[in-house]
Amino acid sequence: METLLEIKDLSKSFDLHNLGKHIRAVSNVDIQIKEGEFVGITGKSGSGKSTILKCIYGTYRIQQGSIWYHSKKFGPINLAEATERELLYLRKHEIGYVSQFLNVMPRTTARQLVKQAILEMGDDHDLAEKETEKILAHFELDEELWDSYPTTFSGGEKLRLNIARAMVKKPRLLLLDEPTASLDHDSKLKVKLLIEQLMKEGTTMLGIFHDLEFMNHLCNQEYNMQNGIFSHSTSFTNS
Amino acid sequence: MAEFEVPVLSIKNLNKQFGSGCPRCQDGESPSFVKNYCPICGTVYACRDVSFDVFPGEVLGIVGESGSGKSTLMQCLYFDQEVTAGEAYLADYHNGEKNLFQESSQQQRYIRNNIMGKVYQNPLLGLKMNFSSIGNIAEKLIAAGNQHVGMMENRGTELLNKVNIPVHRRKEAPKNFSGGMQQRVQIAKALSNRPPLLLLDEVTTGLDLSVQASVLDLIKSLQRELNISIVLVSHDLGVIRMLADRTLVMLEGRVIEQGLTDQILEDPQHPYTQQLVHSLL
Repeated sequence: METLLEIKDLSKSFDLHNLGKHIRAVSNVDIQIKEGEFVGITGKSGSGKSTILKCIYGTYRIQQGSIWYHSKKFGPINLAEATERELLYLRKHEIGYVSQFLNVMPRTTARQLVKQAILEMGDDHDLAEKETEKILAHFELDEELWDSYPTTFSGGEKLRLNIARAMVKKPRLLLLDEPTASLDHDSKLKVKLLIEQLMKEGTTMLGIFHDLEFMNHLCNQEYNMQNGIFSHSTSFTNS
Repeated sequence: MAEFEVPVLSIKNLNKQFGSGCPRCQDGESPSFVKNYCPICGTVYACRDVSFDVFPGEVLGIVGESGSGKSTLMQCLYFDQEVTAGEAYLADYHNGEKNLFQESSQQQRYIRNNIMGKVYQNPLLGLKMNFSSIGNIAEKLIAAGNQHVGMMENRGTELLNKVNIPVHRRKEAPKNFSGGMQQRVQIAKALSNRPPLLLLDEVTTGLDLSVQASVLDLIKSLQRELNISIVLVSHDLGVIRMLADRTLVMLEGRVIEQGLTDQILEDPQHPYTQQLVHSLL
């Protein structure tokens, strides 16, 4: 299998000028992910797990290290040095991100939200509509909610919508930032089902999970973080 | 890696100063500067060495405090002000090979009427308050060389409809309209010639929240439908967060930081940007 993502010697720190503070979040991290793998990161909160995902997604700018991603469009590309437009393209077409918090546009219905995500990749409105309904149905989001605003949803409903929106695009690389943290058991199962389905379709995933045993059978590699560095990693060969 | 897209608009080293400058301040870094103002000769350096690109279908946000040069920059782009130095290239004008700032005023007027649309913060600047609303739109269409009255009437009605102005009020003058409606007429006017580039200067400032929301929704849906490129100036980070793909931060006439909007909001680098982001409610 080809390597899809290779992080070398990644460090990220924050300079808070107004407080006169320098915070080191992640130090000298190396990760290698092959195409089609499912890699989990565990660790206490504050250990720098999310920082890694945000560096890959481009939300955080990196001072040191490289993040080589094998893009369909650009070939091998160092995300740490990619232009803003290249990052925007990759986010629309290749790299997805699910956070714990739903970042919604105000006054946009659940249906529009998912549909717009699909339309970022193509122009087929009918197909987008169909796909939207399919995924909303999969997550058993009440049909009454499809055409209402997500700001009125419960936490679990928001989260399911959030995951649906990222997964519907079938990205090549999906970054999962504790997507199941506040879900009940049934909803977790649904997420797991979809993760399995995406894996079959070839999506590579890097995820942060508090309850990794839940995802255990899926995981190919596990990294454990402590204070911004990997304390140990485990490889599974069960898939 | 080679660029994979061609920018719609490309600005290089734009400078705008008010005043002639003196030997003490012309080197740009004189110790006598108070912000971007030279106290010896009274020259204000409103835009200093501003460069950026705007790509097809994207919204570029520009934030900064009052007096940072945002509006001056927009005025320069729309030829309301003459630049002191700098270059601008539009992909839709001579294949982006001619510096717009060096073109004749006739050509600049052509560009304004055909390739750009602008919405001002103050509707008084963008609209003739005593003309009918549809007449305001027709004015821009006529300026671009249209002569067919029926076509202009249809286009005007279509646009007013699109921006949710009731069709039966199309012949009313904007002075009778609320602030939000005036902004929407301005947007309709700016869109009338299907420009590839739209300049929006603080379009929602001073509107109440619900009206602000309707104007923002309108901009968002227009951008999605027409795949138009937008330069959006605002001091409101909420507006930027909602609409802009990429953002420039200006301070004292300079671009001090630029990045994806989520980079600016979540990982600001410059002390001023950090202060700005942390002031967000």
